[in-house]
Amino acid sequence: MTDTAVLAGGAPGERPGRRFTLKLPAIDFAAVAQGMVLPMIGIVLFLMLWQFAANRIDTSLGQFPGPAQVWEQVKGLGEEHVRTREKERAFYQRQEERNAKKLEKNPDAVIKWRSYTGKPTFVDQVLTSLKTVAVGFILANLIAVPLGLLCGLSKSAYQAINPIIQIFKPVSPLAWLPLVTMVVSATYVVDEPAFDKAFLNSAFTVALCCLWPTLINTTVGVAGIDRDLVNVSRVITLPPLVHVRKIVLPAAVPMIFTGMRLSLATGWMVLIAAEMLAQNPGLGKFVWDEFQNGSSNSLGRIMVAVLVIGIVGYLLDRAMLFLQRRISWDKNAVLR
Amino acid sequence: MSKHYLEITGVGIEFPQKGGAFRALQNVNLKMQRGEFVSLIGHSGCGKSTVLNIVAGLYDATEGGVILEGREVRGPGPDRAVVFQNHSLMPWLNVHDNVALAVNQVFRKTKSRAERREWIEHNLELVGMAHAAKKLPSEISGGMKQRVGIARCLAMEPKVVLMDEPFGALDALTRARLQDSLMQIQADLGNTVILITHDVDEAVLLSDRIVMMSNGPAATIGDVLDVHLPRPRDRLELAEDPEFVHLRQQVLNFLYGDEVDRSPGARRGTASPEQDESVAIAAPADPAEPAESGEEVFTAVESVHTAKVTKLGPRAA
Repeated sequence: MTDTAVLAGGAPGERPGRRFTLKLPAIDFAAVAQGMVLPMIGIVLFLMLWQFAANRIDTSLGQFPGPAQVWEQVKGLGEEHVRTREKERAFYQRQEERNAKKLEKNPDAVIKWRSYTGKPTFVDQVLTSLKTVAVGFILANLIAVPLGLLCGLSKSAYQAINPIIQIFKPVSPLAWLPLVTMVVSATYVVDEPAFDKAFLNSAFTVALCCLWPTLINTTVGVAGIDRDLVNVSRVITLPPLVHVRKIVLPAAVPMIFTGMRLSLATGWMVLIAAEMLAQNPGLGKFVWDEFQNGSSNSLGRIMVAVLVIGIVGYLLDRAMLFLQRRISWDKNAVLR
Repeated sequence: MSKHYLEITGVGIEFPQKGGAFRALQNVNLKMQRGEFVSLIGHSGCGKSTVLNIVAGLYDATEGGVILEGREVRGPGPDRAVVFQNHSLMPWLNVHDNVALAVNQVFRKTKSRAERREWIEHNLELVGMAHAAKKLPSEISGGMKQRVGIARCLAMEPKVVLMDEPFGALDALTRARLQDSLMQIQADLGNTVILITHDVDEAVLLSDRIVMMSNGPAATIGDVLDVHLPRPRDRLELAEDPEFVHLRQQVLNFLYGDEVDRSPGARRGTASPEQDESVAIAAPADPAEPAESGEEVFTAVESVHTAKVTKLGPRAA
């Protein structure tokens, strides 16, 4: 908590933002201590419990990794990433030199550029997962927001679409995936595919699963607009499209964002499962490969993936929250 | 055909409900002159707001209709702008943009961009809110929000200003200040106003006529009371004015008496076949004037200002 002293020294009518304000933050040590110390205690207790439990679990791949072993794997994966990047750079450098030499000898020589085909590192896999979830999430919202607007505005449309929403909402991504795979294989036939099929399968599966929270929340948000605001629009006689753009959409923004946050969380969760099965080179595949691999490091590496999945999910949620705070007008809403 | 600015004729409305329709209003008749300030008062749930919403075109009357300047009201429109009880400002637009939303739509063809901006600023100044043009509704007080609501309404240049308990949610001091502002604005601009209220003092202070509604279901106009207090009116002076006290008492009697008050001064009651006519007669400013020529009286607000204090029209005299 901070105390703020504001000295307003501006002529009346001056823009509020440009006023001279002097902020004197008084640091509340008790609050800071509480804000820092309690979570710390929680984390330390958890690590202790983890270590304690890990010592007592023996698997066919050795002992369950405790925090220390997992930290070793974090460093290992990091080093691996750096090494691979260096290899890659060296590869391209060699290729460039080779091609330059060829051109020197014969300017008309046919030159081949090959891209590096080394194994993706853990960081690459995280980035692939992020890209996949982003595509799925955006795709889902492009469908869900307009459809939600329609359902919120028209009771008939809602009644027609609602049964379908209710039936498909609880469907697990694993049920969709085989269908998506077959459909993508059948329809996505191009000579030089811009996207990997596994990538598309995962993205579509994510989209199918994170459609529903946005759709439902948009519908609720639009249907629940204050009647008086709608009446204002009617008195002003705004044309239907302007009404949607200037009244309905902004009014529903807080709910749309709530839906999107839920969607993104769902999408991230679904993605891991989808990647495992679709063999999309992301975090899900990493976990699966490590599991199949069965080395003594595997459990530790999977645990790293688990933690990264959690942290990335948390950061995604925070990012949405930040966006919501910036864009939504409803600053009083309690955002957690 | 019609000599009146606004005519509400034989209006009734039914709302569909489980187990049959609910009749909220029955045979509501009211004729208003241009520049007249009429209050509708009654207990909550008596259908005052429903009358207003029908005039606004937000509800469709089941029977009867509303004629404004010789034209039947069909659907809502900016010529009958509404000030809502809870201000109804768009929470995502700042004060200026809230007014602009209305101005840019209503005058999109008739005013240039610069003219519109000037007009918005002018209306904000009118209600004393120009200084807060960049503030969001959540950053200003309830009274200020309602001022902006009034500015938005006036900026549409409505033929009739419809106010639905605009000050109901405000504290007494703020309410008094806003009432004074409203009186001043109405005196300057000569707006025709219908004000829904449940505040007896407010009705007497602001109105040229007070229309008292009977309780629902099937509510209708119970009595109409003419207020001939001279304008400009000052709430402090009026507080002890016997005429003011008397009028106030009459409204209270209507609202809280066991029977509908039939004392002299209160106009004839509900079921009378002559009701249409009696309501239609605009009260003359001068008792010597015959009632039939009354339509001239309220065409200009000035004539109301200069009107003498009369004892409630010819019937009471």
